[in-house]
Amino acid sequence: MGATVVEKIFSMKCHRDVNAGEVVMAPVDNAMIHDITGPLAIQKFYEMGGKRVHNPERITMLFDHQVPADSLEAAENQRYMRNFAKEQGIFNYDIREGVCHQVTMEMGKAAPGEIIIGADSHTCMYGAGGAFATGIGSTDMGFALKFGALYFRVPETIRVTANGVFKKRVGPKDLILSIAADIGADGATYQAIEFVGDTIEGMGMAGRMTCCNMAIEMGAKAGIVPPDHITWDYIRGMRNITPFPLKSDNDASFSEERMYDVTNLSPQVAEPHNVDLGVDVTKVAGKKIDQVFIGSCTNGRFEDFAEAAEVLGDRKFSDTTRVIIIPASRQEYLKTLRAGLIERFVMAGALVEAPCCGPCMGGAFGLLAPGEVSLSTSNRNFKGRQGSTEASVYLCSPATAAASGIYGEITDPREVE
Amino acid sequence: MRIWKFGDNVDTDAIMPGRYLSIYDPHELATHAFEGIRDEFALEVKPGDIIVAGKNFGCGSSREHAPIALKGAGITIIIAESFARIFYRNAVNVGLLPVVCHEAGSIVEGNSVMVDLTGGHLIVEGKTLPVAPIPEFLMKIVTSGGLVEYALGLEEVPVCTASHR
Ligand code: SF4
Repeated sequence: MGATVVEKIFSMKCHRDVNAGEVVMAPVDNAMIHDITGPLAIQKFYEMGGKRVHNPERITMLFDHQVPADSLEAAENQRYMRNFAKEQGIFNYDIREGVCHQVTMEMGKAAPGEIIIGADSHTCMYGAGGAFATGIGSTDMGFALKFGALYFRVPETIRVTANGVFKKRVGPKDLILSIAADIGADGATYQAIEFVGDTIEGMGMAGRMTCCNMAIEMGAKAGIVPPDHITWDYIRGMRNITPFPLKSDNDASFSEERMYDVTNLSPQVAEPHNVDLGVDVTKVAGKKIDQVFIGSCTNGRFEDFAEAAEVLGDRKFSDTTRVIIIPASRQEYLKTLRAGLIERFVMAGALVEAPCCGPCMGGAFGLLAPGEVSLSTSNRNFKGRQGSTEASVYLCSPATAAASGIYGEITDPREVE
Repeated sequence: MRIWKFGDNVDTDAIMPGRYLSIYDPHELATHAFEGIRDEFALEVKPGDIIVAGKNFGCGSSREHAPIALKGAGITIIIAESFARIFYRNAVNVGLLPVVCHEAGSIVEGNSVMVDLTGGHLIVEGKTLPVAPIPEFLMKIVTSGGLVEYALGLEEVPVCTASHR
């Protein structure tokens, strides 16, 4: 019996054949903590009798959820983490770099075949880089800080094959929203989702990150794209690793196989209040919106802003809609800035903020009042996620967000010439 | 003892909204549990109350603030048809017992519920409902009292590569 790519990663780490279903204490290549879940992880590390972290070089620390500190509590939490970093010799990106997942990827902290954990549920995004990456809580993180290892139940894998070429104004976000609608919010619980097929192979890293990022929205433990030349090109320059083959065997056993043909896929919008409520944009077109957010770890990269800018053209955003644009990292910000897109967005009436999570999780700024409606390129539309529990959040692609920002209502981006 | 009944896909944003995540104190967090979703919870919950839910309880964000708030509110047991992965593990780690019972839907508020883990079942109004066994390695953590207690005495853990070094 062959092995899945996830089984292979655990087998490589453990130097023996490891199969789905087994529970192993596996070494961790990198652990990411941020300003929300980090303080508690550190506290747990101390409570567990921790004195020195297992390996400071394998810890990624940064602040992104409430930056610059938006309250006294946030300021104190960040100071606590800064002090910990100093004490332990951990390099701290602090508030300089942007959203945790984007930064972890672009700093080369997640390479093919590695096991990465993060105290944040969207850690599954690093599967786009061919790593096994999963989100954990703070106590588990405290344990990993102390021991450099963590218990994992090796997951079964659902294989999703996507073939075909997207039509204009349709892309990775539409694909993953439609997959989430099919699999459902808990359809992949405890499993990994492996993305393959010529659509995935044709995507750049940005699109692959969008897909893997949202694996958790189906309950998955990890999302993964087996590494190919695009992955290795991305990691080269940051890490000195000789490429090696890593993909599922032909006779590997999958818990489920799903096939998608993206040729006739329409832009998708997830309706409130669950991510798996995706529908064709035409079903919700015309819905008035108060706020548009283009950003987050799901869709805050240069490619996303380029798509939004193309839809926008020389137009202005609607006077009745607030458009908030936040690049996911300093690097993505610079790319977007140098391409002249930031100026275009500002001219069109958007508010452009420095790299951070922003309104994505309703922690810092950009909150919604009761009754307000937001259209967001982020990954969650739970009740209260972006402010009031009586507000509504719709999720979509950057193209749909830009088109809708122009008209102040949900708009099919294919109709904007 | 009161049963607090919830439906499917209760997410951790609903249990603990994002704007309170710079708080870590269990009792203070407890005052915001289910805020805007079910406001009477924080006001009326008593130690020993039990949450009973449908599928995928605790989905979404990995915030441990969610199970910590429920524990701070005096909840020690959550019975659900299924749990989201991260929440399940976080709950065990903080010493909250997640019990998977596929027939949890049949329990209604006002029922008397007893959990018999050694027997592997619930007794609801005299009727026996089977529960899924807790995986062995998690049971070790539960019996230690949580992951902190489990890890406290250890200097090293047996990593899977050990025998090959
Ligand atoms: S951008 Fe949103 S989903 Fe991503 S890490 Fe920040 S809060 Fe979480």
